[in-house]
Amino acid sequence: MADDQLRRTPLYPLYEVWGGKTIDFGGWELPVQYSGILAEHLAVRTKVGLFDVSHMGEIEVSGPSALQCLQQIVTNNVARLEIGQALYSPFCQEDGGTIDDVLIYRLENERYLVVVNASNIEKDFAWFLDHAQGAQVVNQSAQTVQLALQGPEALSVLQALTAEDVSQIAYYTFRNNILVAGVSCLVSRTGYTGEDGFELYTDSVNGPALFSAILEAGKEHGIMPIGLGARDTLRLEARLPLYGHELTNEITPLEAGLSMFVKFDKGPFIGREALLQQKEKGLARKIVGFELTGRGIARAGFEVWVDGRLVGHVTSGTMGPSLQKSIGLALLSTEVAEVGRAIEVDVRGKKVAGVIVKTPFYKRPAR
Amino acid sequence: MSHTPENLQYTKEHEWVRIDGKLAYIGITDFAQSELGDIVFVELPEVGDEVRAGDTFGTVESVKTVSDLFAPVSGKVVQINDALNDNPEKVNEDPYDMGWMLVVEMSDAVPVLLTAAEYTAHINE
Repeated sequence: MADDQLRRTPLYPLYEVWGGKTIDFGGWELPVQYSGILAEHLAVRTKVGLFDVSHMGEIEVSGPSALQCLQQIVTNNVARLEIGQALYSPFCQEDGGTIDDVLIYRLENERYLVVVNASNIEKDFAWFLDHAQGAQVVNQSAQTVQLALQGPEALSVLQALTAEDVSQIAYYTFRNNILVAGVSCLVSRTGYTGEDGFELYTDSVNGPALFSAILEAGKEHGIMPIGLGARDTLRLEARLPLYGHELTNEITPLEAGLSMFVKFDKGPFIGREALLQQKEKGLARKIVGFELTGRGIARAGFEVWVDGRLVGHVTSGTMGPSLQKSIGLALLSTEVAEVGRAIEVDVRGKKVAGVIVKTPFYKRPAR
Repeated sequence: MSHTPENLQYTKEHEWVRIDGKLAYIGITDFAQSELGDIVFVELPEVGDEVRAGDTFGTVESVKTVSDLFAPVSGKVVQINDALNDNPEKVNEDPYDMGWMLVVEMSDAVPVLLTAAEYTAHINE
């Protein structure tokens, strides 16, 4: 960034109150942890946790050509989205490289909210403006606070704060303008942890009050505020991609394993020809999950070797707190990318043994 | 606030040392473990290995990062804390006692190390 002033969300003053330790995360001063990554991770898996994810961006697309605009930009089929539903989609350059992955909410007939990754807000907003096709495109990121309430107890905590029956909000649907702790919110049954949970959007001015009210209401359920460290370990166990790692402008959604979100039959969209060609030719490389059987953690960028041959690199890696295993994702040559294949990861000059495994690494138990 | 016992000596790289005759007991400070976060691996040299003051002798890896360990003294490793293999979290829980890492029989005079007050000043810089 041109200026080295770190950006902060409206919740910044509360991090310290809860013991948050902040880091520079792509130009944002955000809490990497509060009580500790392991404890926070397990709280979300077994109880409930609250994340400030206000650094995420929100772009509103509206007007008679809003649908046409979105259909042309993203790879998933926005036409099947009804009011009150949410849709996940990547979107691509002409060459199929991924610009970002987003969540799209249909607010009204001709009004959509697109939630984008923090590091991509300016890039995405410019892309949407360039491809607006007459639709109105507004960047609302600065006025919006986003909180994620995640974990098996998320429903109970949220229900205690609202008169709406939030159990009726099905997975990947939402309700807008409902009161939570007296604050008007958009509440969606979505998340980035592999657990049940909700994401709440509200006006920035309401953010701190809402954050505090949820933590208060969650006390009896063992709620914890959760930092970016556990956000990463949780999403990785659930094999959810992180932009900049599993998705970049050099990795297509097909290579990332997101083909179910690329709808070739919906009509033209940017990148369609390149992706179709890639699909027909067959993928030269793809993202797979692996476990390390030797000691160590495979960090992003580490080389992956098979039979003395360099076959790709790690895109994300961590100790999986719920699994007690060292896990990761890697972009590998397709000919070696099969479950059960033995690999070696170069961990700071030392070859550590691993094996390609099925993903997700973690699936929440039926409750 | 991190804890910095008066009876120990320290390095700028956040190791603590307790000198007992020719023996130096070594670990990492409370400040260091707190900065690293949850520790999941500790890589130590083997008994019999030589370490040299200022050189790396191992690594400590937390969920979020990995950090080199620097030898505060020179000499031969005479004991390592094997318990950290299975319970690396001891370094977080009890960095000055159960979380000790190794014992070195010093071959040279004790190098100049930081006092508790000097180390506290260093981490508050």
